[in-house]
Amino acid sequence: MQMDLRTVSIEPLRHTYSHIARRFGDKPASRYQEGTYDLQATVNFHYRPTWDPDHEIFDPARTRIKMADWYAFKDPRQFYYGAYTLARAKQQDAAEATLGFVETHGLVDTLDAALRERAARLLLPLRHVAWGSNLNNASVCAYGYGTAFTQAFIYQSMDQLAIAQNLTRVGLLLGGDEALDQAKDDWMNADAWQGLRRYVEDTFVLKDPYELFIAQDVALDGLLYPMVYEAIVGGVFASQGGTAIGLATQFMSEWFGETKRWADATVKTAASESADNTAQIEHWVTHWRDRAAAALRPVAQIAVAEGADELIAEQVEQFNARMAKAGITV
Amino acid sequence: MDMKATSGKKLGLKEKYRHMTRGLDWEPSYQKKEDIYPYMAYEGIKIHDWDKWEDPFRLTMDSYWKYQAEKERKLYAIIDAYAQNNGHLNVTDARYLNAIKLFLTGISPLEYMAHRGFAHAGRAFPGAGPRVACLMQSLDEIRHAQTQIHALSNYNKHYNGFHDFSHMLQRVWYLSVPRSFFDDAVTAGPFEFMVAIGFSFEYVLTNLLFVPFVSGAAYNGDMGTMTFGFSAQSDEARHMTLGLEIIKFILEQDPDNVPIVQRWIDKWTWRGYRVLTLVGMMMDYMLPKRIMSWKEAWEVYFEQNGGALFKDLARYGIRPPKWLDQIAFDKDHISHQAWATFYQYGAASDFHTWSPTDDELDWLSKKYPDSFDKYYRPRLEHWREQAKQGKRFYNTTLPQLCQVCQIPMIFTEPGDPTKTCYREVDYLGEKFHFCSDGCKEIFENEPEKFKQAWLPVNQIYQGNCFPDGTDPTVEDFEPLAKVLEYYHVNFGRDNLDFEGSEDQKNFAAWRGMATTNE
Amino acid sequence: MSTVFIALQANEDTRPIIEAITADNPHAVVNQQPAMVKIDAEHSLVVRRQTIEELIGRDFDLQELQINLITLSGHVDETDDELTLHWNA
Repeated sequence: MQMDLRTVSIEPLRHTYSHIARRFGDKPASRYQEGTYDLQATVNFHYRPTWDPDHEIFDPARTRIKMADWYAFKDPRQFYYGAYTLARAKQQDAAEATLGFVETHGLVDTLDAALRERAARLLLPLRHVAWGSNLNNASVCAYGYGTAFTQAFIYQSMDQLAIAQNLTRVGLLLGGDEALDQAKDDWMNADAWQGLRRYVEDTFVLKDPYELFIAQDVALDGLLYPMVYEAIVGGVFASQGGTAIGLATQFMSEWFGETKRWADATVKTAASESADNTAQIEHWVTHWRDRAAAALRPVAQIAVAEGADELIAEQVEQFNARMAKAGITV
Repeated sequence: MDMKATSGKKLGLKEKYRHMTRGLDWEPSYQKKEDIYPYMAYEGIKIHDWDKWEDPFRLTMDSYWKYQAEKERKLYAIIDAYAQNNGHLNVTDARYLNAIKLFLTGISPLEYMAHRGFAHAGRAFPGAGPRVACLMQSLDEIRHAQTQIHALSNYNKHYNGFHDFSHMLQRVWYLSVPRSFFDDAVTAGPFEFMVAIGFSFEYVLTNLLFVPFVSGAAYNGDMGTMTFGFSAQSDEARHMTLGLEIIKFILEQDPDNVPIVQRWIDKWTWRGYRVLTLVGMMMDYMLPKRIMSWKEAWEVYFEQNGGALFKDLARYGIRPPKWLDQIAFDKDHISHQAWATFYQYGAASDFHTWSPTDDELDWLSKKYPDSFDKYYRPRLEHWREQAKQGKRFYNTTLPQLCQVCQIPMIFTEPGDPTKTCYREVDYLGEKFHFCSDGCKEIFENEPEKFKQAWLPVNQIYQGNCFPDGTDPTVEDFEPLAKVLEYYHVNFGRDNLDFEGSEDQKNFAAWRGMATTNE
Repeated sequence: MSTVFIALQANEDTRPIIEAITADNPHAVVNQQPAMVKIDAEHSLVVRRQTIEELIGRDFDLQELQINLITLSGHVDETDDELTLHWNA
């Protein structure tokens, strides 16, 4: 029997799943909506976690932030797995092409030796920072509440793994295995890095997923990425003939430009929920911003002999302005 | 492990991967390791050297994105084309769709649980290798949940029973079977979680779900399910390998780990086996065109493949899981026992059941020569006769559930398919009921955990499964109607017999439009 | 003797891969099933990059297998040149 099914015009019984229709009405829904809303279980849990008997498997009480509906959060990028993976494959492809260009044209060898050394000293220990962020974002994904909030954190976590791996490749390009060993040694022992390593290790023991988001993705990354990739790589190094370094780290600067919009939305949604949330977030942002700024000062000094204080002050000022837009006064 | 093929200055796969994972890790000094990884000790598993971990697939994020993006592009292209061309009208028979409803309500939300569970496990392990593998799996698992929801979205638009899967998973009586399975795994410690899901479920059991069943979907004209099924399964190959690596790793680290792991293997093989009863029923009763019986699939994927695996693990002192004799005996029975249950409780379910045709009964007789004609065929024929006379049998008495697997007490004594198996245990002055020696022993090992179980039938009797504001004391109170309302099951549309259902009528009408000029 | 297996989606991409596997593993048994091909082999099975490359006339990265892989069984050892499945017992 041959059927031409395309010619059949059928009136559907419904346009989307019931839980989506309850939120948005019965109309065609986006893949982000169907793949996100109400996916996480909220009631009738069978057993308490043996690793955390004070909470349910998913429990909004793990954070001090209070939301009437945890699905008030929305990723402005509307990332579900497919959209996320396609976007990243494209970005990585572009970064790959640029990195390949730097490699095949031997652009690294055209760098001034001192600049090359400074770039390696600054950038390569950051692979450990990204590795720490991989852990922290996995934490928020695991212990946060509601798919609209938690979903983006597994993407963020794996992005940070990719950044650690991209920085590893930059390291191999700049100085081979030895540069990676040197960077690890600096990370473990050099004075310039101990404040930042302490910051990262201190965030490893944070239990409140929202505070961890603030400490990692808002405060630390919010100062580190613009400082390193925009101000230093894009500004200082570029002016000293180091454009190749900018090309090799293109993924990170573009990535930050995109993800900060998600971080801002995630701050704004929680802050606009209540004055209590706003006060709590302001407290966390102030605390972790000040610690991050202090930890980054000696790191900035690796790149700029003088003017590190001004550089940090500029970053903090821009950061404060960014927070103000998200409804946070710090 | 030798290094092959490292040409020139280009790094080999293994060397490159080492830089990209464990090279990133460091020994913390500002915080104590036990504070950073607080869940590592309490299960009693001893790990001396995380660096002994062998990475099975060495996928860096650049390659991950590249290959996964290609899979996603292919998958969504097919999903779109399938929906645009009304591909649903190509399935062999609308009865088939009920198997897919079970898939969406019973399995897809578990993929989501796996996503969160692996994020937790990845966060918990101090080793770089297992962390990366677990987090990558966490990312894959949200893919599986979402691709299934997206692929089945078009079915939901045209057929009943798909519409509220997440709500139903948390409430409907039989869905507490798969849900409690995953809740059990996630609430266990991270090592047990890995043995439960990574090893027992992924390695030993998911082949049964994804390979023969999905191949069956293809055979029944369901391109959508075939595509997401096989596409998901391509990630499973990585997951299965992780499951096998983790168990080898734990066993190699310390001989004291062996008895702990053995108890988990026993527990999780049995737990998983019980959940797969649903898949057995899907394969034997719900695929109009059949490729393989449940029993045959069990023999290929559990007995042969699992047999090879346990032979391999013997050198660590691991023996095959307990209760294998009963499992071997039961393969002739459980799919029939399950179908009979869902047939009877067809009023309280969110999918349709039906009487098999003669052709289907004959197939079952042929595939189950030792059990079907003797124990199951007469009852199905009797029910069919009753239904023909307008007396379709619906059981309205709520069944007793097993405290552990939460399946009604439908299974029979080992070796005697005529006698229902009951076991019980007194614990702290309360009586608990079980379907089998396996479930009873699992309870006895962890009574504090399993006494917490949210048993749907008990919850109904306690009045916890009615919509808010229900007054059960009013005259003419109809508890079943109220329970279905709480479940969001639309009476007469989502439930009851397939014969006479809206799905049946619509499918016939739409197919008619495609084959005639009316 | 234990059996290992690998199953691939049946499509144009996997046709040369299956051909390569059967060429490199004379002891393997190929089972065609709806939409998939399952290859069983006693004890061990090897997938060789070079054999595939000769059949497709271009470079092949063994990780490309991931795209069409359905399932496998046995211990996995992957290098740039070979993917091996085997049982130790």
